[in-house]
Parts: sequence; structure tokens; C-alpha cells
Amino acid sequence: MATVSMTVNGQAVSGEVEGRTLLVQFLRENLNMTGTHVGCDTSQCGACVVHINGDSMKSCTMLALEAEGAQVTTIEGLAQGGEMHPMQQAFQDNHGLQCGFCTPGMVMSAIDLVAKNPNPDETTIREQLEGNICRCTGYHNIVKAVQQAAKTMGG
Amino acid sequence: MAENGIGARVLRKEDNRFLTGKGNYTDDINRPGQTYACLVRSPHAHATINSIDISAAKAAPGVVAVFVGQDLVDDGIGGLVCGMSVAGKGGEVNKAPPRNVLTIDKARFVGDPVAVVIAETLAQAKDGAELVNVDYTELACVVATDGADKAGAPQLHEEVPNNLALDWEFGDSAAVDAAFATAHKVAEIELINNRMVTNPMEPRSAIGEYNSGTDETTLYLTSQNPHVHRLVMSAFMAIAPEHKFRVVAPDVGGGFGSKIFTYNEEAVCAWAAKKINRPVKWTSDRSEAFLCDAHGRDHVTKAEMALDADGKFLAMRVTSYSNMGAYLQLFSVSISTLFHAFLLAGQYTTPAIYIDMKAVMTNTAPVDAARGAGRPEATYLLERLVDVSAGVMDLDPAEIRRRNFIKADQMPYVTPVVHTYDSGDYDASLAKALANSDYDGFAARKAEAEGRGMRRGIGLSAYIEACGVAPSAAVGSLGAGVGLWESAQVRFNPTGSVTVFTGTHSHGQGHETSFAQLITERLGVPIENVEVVHGDTDKGQFGMGTYGSRSLPVGGVAIVNACDKIIAKGKKIAAHTLEAAEDDIEFADGNFTVAGTDKTMNIAEVAFTAYVPHNYPEGVEPGLDEIAFFDPLNFSFPAGAHVCEVEIDPDTGTVEIVRYTAVDDFGTLVNPMIVEGQVHGGLAHGIGQALLEGCVYGDDGQLVTGSFMDYCMPRADNLPSFDVDYSPTVPEHNPLGVKGCGEAGAIAAPPAVINAIVNALGVKHLDMPATPEVVWRAAQAAG
Amino acid sequence: MYDFNFQSASSIDDAAAKLSAASDGTVMAGGQTLIPVLKQRLANPSDVISLAGAGLSGITNNGDSVTIGATTTHAEVAGSSDVPAALRAVAEGIGDAQVRNRGTIGGSMANNDPAADYPAAALGLGATITTNQRDIAADDFFTGLFDTALNDGEIIKSVTFPNATKAAYAKFPSPASRFALVGVFVAQAADGVRVAVTGATDCAHRGPMLESALSANWSADALDGITIPTDHINADIHGSAEYRAHLVIVMAKRAVAAAG
Repeated sequence: MATVSMTVNGQAVSGEVEGRTLLVQFLRENLNMTGTHVGCDTSQCGACVVHINGDSMKSCTMLALEAEGAQVTTIEGLAQGGEMHPMQQAFQDNHGLQCGFCTPGMVMSAIDLVAKNPNPDETTIREQLEGNICRCTGYHNIVKAVQQAAKTMGG
Repeated sequence: MAENGIGARVLRKEDNRFLTGKGNYTDDINRPGQTYACLVRSPHAHATINSIDISAAKAAPGVVAVFVGQDLVDDGIGGLVCGMSVAGKGGEVNKAPPRNVLTIDKARFVGDPVAVVIAETLAQAKDGAELVNVDYTELACVVATDGADKAGAPQLHEEVPNNLALDWEFGDSAAVDAAFATAHKVAEIELINNRMVTNPMEPRSAIGEYNSGTDETTLYLTSQNPHVHRLVMSAFMAIAPEHKFRVVAPDVGGGFGSKIFTYNEEAVCAWAAKKINRPVKWTSDRSEAFLCDAHGRDHVTKAEMALDADGKFLAMRVTSYSNMGAYLQLFSVSISTLFHAFLLAGQYTTPAIYIDMKAVMTNTAPVDAARGAGRPEATYLLERLVDVSAGVMDLDPAEIRRRNFIKADQMPYVTPVVHTYDSGDYDASLAKALANSDYDGFAARKAEAEGRGMRRGIGLSAYIEACGVAPSAAVGSLGAGVGLWESAQVRFNPTGSVTVFTGTHSHGQGHETSFAQLITERLGVPIENVEVVHGDTDKGQFGMGTYGSRSLPVGGVAIVNACDKIIAKGKKIAAHTLEAAEDDIEFADGNFTVAGTDKTMNIAEVAFTAYVPHNYPEGVEPGLDEIAFFDPLNFSFPAGAHVCEVEIDPDTGTVEIVRYTAVDDFGTLVNPMIVEGQVHGGLAHGIGQALLEGCVYGDDGQLVTGSFMDYCMPRADNLPSFDVDYSPTVPEHNPLGVKGCGEAGAIAAPPAVINAIVNALGVKHLDMPATPEVVWRAAQAAG
Repeated sequence: MYDFNFQSASSIDDAAAKLSAASDGTVMAGGQTLIPVLKQRLANPSDVISLAGAGLSGITNNGDSVTIGATTTHAEVAGSSDVPAALRAVAEGIGDAQVRNRGTIGGSMANNDPAADYPAAALGLGATITTNQRDIAADDFFTGLFDTALNDGEIIKSVTFPNATKAAYAKFPSPASRFALVGVFVAQAADGVRVAVTGATDCAHRGPMLESALSANWSADALDGITIPTDHINADIHGSAEYRAHLVIVMAKRAVAAAG
């Protein structure tokens, strides 16, 4: 076992982990932050996406020890002062979620997408979300949500 | 319409928790003293189990217990059951071979569980599972849907000669033969309905917990129907008596059918928790889900249509195999027979229909209900056959459909395959779909695309489904082991808020919102004062769960029926308080009013009076809390017309859906926003089947498409935005006028997509999934 | 996953030292291939030595070539104005956005997946792979299925891509995995035409038939009539050998057209 320390949603945290402990396991099991999900074992579904130092990454394909010293943001860290992040609000406004399981990863990916493409067209949104699989929505309303959020985040 | 009532686009009440990471899925739950289970699974498709050596696993670090199938049998635990008894040829009911929770004698598919290792951590359980030494003798296996009943095929079960679980026929074969004998033309098609892996994004999970003080077992699990899970696991498996058994299905991350069924792993968790007196948790890997979740579809079919000189359908004949996999799950044989054959009339007046269906067992994962369940298979073969018929008759696909539609004024319409359609206007929905898709402008778009070297095609699908499952007597007569009513409890709290308990389960469908809209509409209670509770057998009284687009048509009606009881009782209380005759009390917009006066009492005041009955009518019970059960009078029949337009790159075979138009008849819409979302998701599922998804086993029974690396799920860039519209008719037998909408897209889309591809290439047929290579080859062959 | 000892290397020499001290160690850059392999228990290393802190990230362009540090991520390459457009496009097409934020060029080269994109670019541009021990020409680097010229204990430090007059990459992704079913990189440089193909065989390779045709006539039409023999072409449920062989020509033509 080794000790790992990082900042999660602005809070300094540390814990004892094995070499093989994945970041997503550390978040879910050590920190009891279960908003980040695991939907596959081949790094494709994106339910586990978090931000590491501002970039979206798959926390199921990263060791907890690799996040030593990192700034980690999870779905739990987006809302501020009881107000949802514009992307969260856009997902609700546009019915961009159904069962909610892929949603945390989808929202985290979408925020990074808009940060790097402030005015994305539909094609860009669809291509940039290829790392997130949703079985419920058919993506139609997710695309609309990202378009709305891009406007509110930009303005 | 009440504000936020029926018809309002109310934003979902459940979204806040899902969007902020506060959802509570089974794997998010951890219980004190919890252990972790890892199943030891057969690596062989078919093998005799000679011995299982668990000694090394038991001695491994952190391992708490190791169990094999005999341990459960010794404890009197029953096997998994098939819930249907369908009578086949000669009245012979389907075979239902026994299935132990952990197989003892033989492994019959790759992934068949043979032992379980329970340890302090998941990693230790997995480490321990590697140390279980199973001595197998490999046997020859069979995977082919149309090969399992052939002479010499390896036999899976002693109880199932020739691997034939059910040899079934339905319809008037003499009338069909006669019609074919005199037909002007005959259209025929051979097609495969590809096996799909259902793949809700949340993998299955279960936590068993036992309280020795109360002798109560609690099972948290990913279920679409927790009461049914409790019933089956009590009545047939003896996991725990029903009154000492609580099943909790908290937030569930999608189901699409695959979470209806009772599975081995959850039975193991519930049983082992008592055995070791500690909670036992199991969560599926995606790889395990591919191997062991019930799959869907998998038919090999020949279909023929007899036509007269005007292109009218005279008769249809279907000869088909359906693959049940290695064991029969809960619905199993009913999906490819009853839920399939009874929709073969489609939207048409075809007077004579005959189907011969052989349900066979193979060394593959069990196959059962998956989004649409039998109806996508029926719609695909029918709507492909209709297009082939159009070709044979040299008629436009829209025209041949119009010539054969059941007309709106023929409703109710009795088809030759059991169902009585209650409502529908198929001409209207097709006309709207053609208009919305600019069908008439297609030729110009095709010419423009050809100028760019692309092939453009357009395809129709006119589908119908039977939803709102189901009238209990009807399904009972067909072999179901249960009734399919639904129940609801509407409880006013003394402060005027309402708690609704439903026996249905929401795993994405938004019941917490649309059911609250029913309360707001019916009782005038502000939607923020309504809470919908589901998914816990200790809270809701009973229920049959969510599948077959039944929650609103059946469960929703139970809720409004309970509301009507609330109103009836409220009138007595209001009459007493307002010193008026009960018959003079009118109820509207949440207020009980003495007719013709301004004397009024809000329903919240009535509720308070009911719980603080200081001045109260004689003979009326205190409290305002009503239960209703609703058993539907008929199925509901959502229907519609979809138009798909594709562009194909002939050099690579890549298919792009450039336009998709849906016009659906779902009757009354309670929350149009949610309905649209259901349509979108269904379309993605159906387009996935048509273009991307196909579950493939090798001849050795190994699953080739065992992960998202090889099984292609629809992603955002595979799909277009959809044009969704409605053409409603209202079923009179359903008190809410609703029909159900969750499966429509998955049913309608596959033939629309394939019809469009076939149209683009000028070929007769190609099988799903229409992968780039399949399409490229067809394009090459067509020249 | 089997457990292992996780170590962070402070430099490439430190990584080499830690690797040699470990009984059965492996180095890891972004981990986007290694971690999935470990999760499936297909590998059981004693030590995993992270290169993230070894100072191997960065992009420098000296006017004649661009040198990309081994732990530079695909996203960094895709977004760098110091990287030629064709190479940026290769990086932009790898995996998905999240994988690109973590996966590295060094990891991709060392893994040498038969369907990886970077090996095609390295061969197509005649890159040089610099390790802690030596320089290796791309033509000598990719030796077989998941196999490279790297010795035990040898670690990639950077990859240097010389400029080309014209270059482009065309990829036909496998529908499910999004790896290349077939990818073709074409380049026209001072020393001639180079064509590299990935996804089609056990390892990225040069396409001599295509090179000679394009050397004679740099146009998509020059590839008409060429048939790729299917003897050594991969086949799976996503594409038969015949289809992949066909796609090699189609992608090569599209790459030439894109290169201008």
C-alpha cells in the first residue's frame, strides 16, 4: 500500500491505495464519491470521465497513484453555491439524460469539449463525444444541451 | 389542462440528483461488513464438469467462502425458472430444462457460472477465483440458430431432444396455402434478425444482506421489477419467504429488458449473505455483461407474401427459427412466438397468416426480451417483405402500403393473429411522414447525391406494436405464470403533500415526473408537492414492474384510479365540513365546492381533516390514502410511419443517415419532452441494430463480440438529429388514452434503415448489421 | 488487475535504472493501452514505472523537422502549431478526446498495435526514434505484431519527423474500436515518395507498389488498377482481407487527394 494525495473538487484528500488501485476506485471507494461511474472495462463508455488539471480523462484508465498532486474535478464539484453548472442546467433543460448513468461522464466530457471548442457545430459536438456512450437518449438532446451550454458558457 | 398536468413539458424532477452525482445506483451502495463476490465461469461453450477443487481458493488471502452449485441445492435453493408455458404443435408445451444457480453437471455456454468466491475485497475475490480448479471435459457445441435441431447436433439438455425447446405454429395454414396457390404474384425473402446485446450503461449489480435478528433478507439489485424478483426468488427458488424478503431496486441505469430477469448472481448474493451472515456484493464487469446478460432477437426467417393483381396482400407465410440460448429465461419462448406472431398483420388487412416457429437451444447466452421483444422481429420481416412485394408488383413502397392499410373507419379491427386493434389511422401517419420527410423531393436529392458519387436511398417503415402489457386473463390463457395488472397507492400526507407508490419501476423513463403530472392533473396538487416512490418492496405494496411499454398505460391508470377514490372520499369529508349533501360537491382544480355556491375547500384542507378528524362524517374512515389495481382491458397499439434517408459511399460502404423522420401515434402524451426522448433512444437502438450492432459467436462458442471494442454501440457521430412528430388517435379502452412509447423507435427503425439501403443500391436484400463491408459488397454486386 | 509496485521516474535514466532493478518491470507513459491490458489480467508486471515525471514531454520544430517528446499527449500534438498539419490530423484521429488527453506518442510507438495510427505516420515521414540508447530509423523500428526494435531496458525519448513537401493521412476506422481498420499515410519529401499502411497487416509497413506508382505520378488516379494481394492481410468480423486490401487503395487515393 502507498499513500496518495491530491485535490478533489478543491479539497485536499489523501488515502492508502495499492499500485493497482484505479483513480475511479479511489474516488468511489476511498472518498465515497459515487457520482463517477464505471460502465465498461475497455476505456470506451466514458461514464468515468473526470477532469485532471482541467482536461477530461477516463478515471478507469488511470491509476490513483498517477493522480498524485493533481487537481481533480468530478461531477460532484461542478455546482457552486447550490447553482448547477451551465452544462448541468442545459442537460436538464433539454432532457439530455434519462437513466442518468452515463450522465456524469457525459457532462464532464461536454464541459471540456466546450472549453476547447467555444462555438461547436453539431458535427463537432458529435465527433468530440465519441468517447461517451449513452444507451438511452439517442444523443439528440445531448447535442442540444451542449449547444445551449456553449452559448451560456461563452456569454 | 392543469399547470404541469397532462400535456405539459415539465422538466424532470429526478434530474437534479443524476446531474450532481447524487444518484444512488446499486454499486454506489455499501453495507457494513460487506464482502465481494466473484463468479467462476466456464471458459468453454459446452463441457462436462468432472470436479471442482476449491481448496486453494479457500486458503487464499481474504477469501471468506467458496461455494459451488451443490451447496445451494443442499440448502434447498431452487433453480432459475422459465415463467412461460407456451403450447406448441399437438398441444405440447415448451420444454423448460432445469437450471441450477451454479451449474453442477455441465457448462452450456461461455460464462456459465460454476462457483463463487467471496472475499474481503473485490481484488481478493478475483484473485481467489483464479485458484478454483475446475476439471472440464470439453464437448462439441452448437451455436447456429438454424442448425441446432439438425441430426447429429450436440445436445444441450436431456430434457430437450434435438435442442427443440418449442415447435410452434399459429394461423390457418390451409387458408394460407390456398391463397398462395391462386396468387397473382408471390414475394419472398430470407433474412436474419441479428442477435443483440442489450447493454444498458449500468452493468448489473446485487448486494445481499441478512439480518439474523429478524430473519430478514434484503437484496439491492438492478431490477426493472423488484416485486417480480421477490416473487420468483421466494416462490420458486426458496431464497427467503416473501414476507421476510425485501428487494430494493434503487436508481437503475437503464434496463431495456435485460434487467427483468432473475439471474444467477443476484440469487447467489441473497443466499450467501445468510450463509456467511455478512453482506455480499457483486457488480458485473462489462465483459461479464456481454457473456451473461440475456441477449435479444436472433431469428433466421423465411417469409412469403401472396399478392393479387392489385397488390393486395392475400396471405403471408413465415417459417422461422429463434435462438433461445443455453437456458430459458423468464419470458424466453413467448417472445419469438406470442409477442412476435401476433403482430404479423402489422397495419395491413392481410386475411390469412401462418407462422411456423422453432425455438431452439444453443451453447450461447440465454436470449429473452429486449427493447421491443418480438415486435421488432415481426416488424422487420413484415416491412422488408412489403418492400420486396412492392418491387415484385412494381409499385411505390408507399402506394403498396396504402393499398393494404387497415382503414381508420375499420377500427376496432380484428386481425387473423389474435389482436383486436382499438384505434389508429395509418393513412394519416404515413401521409404526415411522407410530407415531413419531403418524400416527393427525394428524386432530386438522389440526383444531387449521385453527382457527388454517392448513392442515396429512402426507406419506409409502417409499424405497429402491442404494448401496455397486459390483460391478465389473456396472457394467462397464453401461458404466462403471472397476471400483468399494475397497482398504485396515492397517499395524502396530513400537510397536503402527496406520496405516490407505484409498482412500476423507472430506470430512465422519468416516472417521477410524468406520474406526478397525473396527480397534478387529477387532484390539483402542485407538482412540487408530489413525490413518486418506486423500487422498494417494503414501500410499494406490489407491482409487476416496467417492460413492454406498460408503465403509463397500465401503472398510470392505476394511479388515476386511486386518485378517483381519493376524490370520492374527499367529497364525503368536504360535504360534512361544508354542511352540504355529498351529491352537491363538485371537485375541480384541487377544490371541493358546493355546486352553485362559493363554499369551497381545498384538497389539502380535506386531507388535514381526514388525519385530524375532530369534526368528521360518521362511518367514514380517517386518513386519505387509497389503493387501486388496474388490469387493462386490451393491449395498446402504438403505431406510426417512419422514413429513413441514407447516403452511401460506394467506395467504402459507409452508410450515413442523412435524414430520419418519425410520425408516431402514442395516443395522449403526458409529457411530450419525455416522449420525444423515448423516441430518440428507441431510434438509436433500432439504427444500432440495423447498422452497427451484431453479437457474434465463433463456431467454437466463444463470444467474438465480447466488449465495446468489437460490439459496436451507437455513438453520437453515428446518428443524425431526428425529426419527431405525432399523428394521435385515442384508444377508448384506456382511461388515460395513452399507448406507450418506449419501444417504438427500436421496432420501427431497422426496416426503415435497411429499406433505404436496399433502395439506394438497387439490391433485393442485405442482412443486418449493414456494416461497411456488407454494404460495400452489396454495392459491388449491384454494380 | 494483479497488484504491482508503482514507481515514478524523475528522468529517463532514472526510469531505466528502476526498470533494470525490477524483477519484471514495465514503463508506462499515458497508460491508455497498458492499463486496459492490466485490467484484463493479460500482464502481470512486478513494477510499473511511470514516465509522467521524467521530463520527456514537449514539441520542438527546428525548421527541418519536428521533435516530439515521448510523453507528449496526442491532444498536445493535435493542438500544436509547431506540428505539420498531416501529423496533427493523425493525432486528432487517435482514440477519443479523453484518450488523446492522456495517451502519448511514445506509448503508441512502443506498443506498436497493428491498428495504431502513429506508426503509419512515422514510417510515412521517415521518422527517427530516439531512445535512451540510440537513434532508430522508423523503417527499422516496427518489427512485428506488438513488437519493435526496442531492447530490454530501452526507453523512447522522442520521435523526430522530417518535413515533407506534401503529406496526408486517411483512416478508415473500425466501427466499434475506432482503431484503424486501414490507415494510409502518404508523403512526398525531398528524398522521394513514402507510403505507409496500418491496420491491414500484423504491423504498420511501407507500401512499395503504391510508392512506385505515386513516384511516377503523384495523383490518386495513379493508384487505379493496383490490387493489393490478400496473403498477409488481416481479417476479422469488421473486415475481410479482401475488403481491407480494397480499403488500402481507397484510403491511399484519399490521402493523396488530401495532400494536394
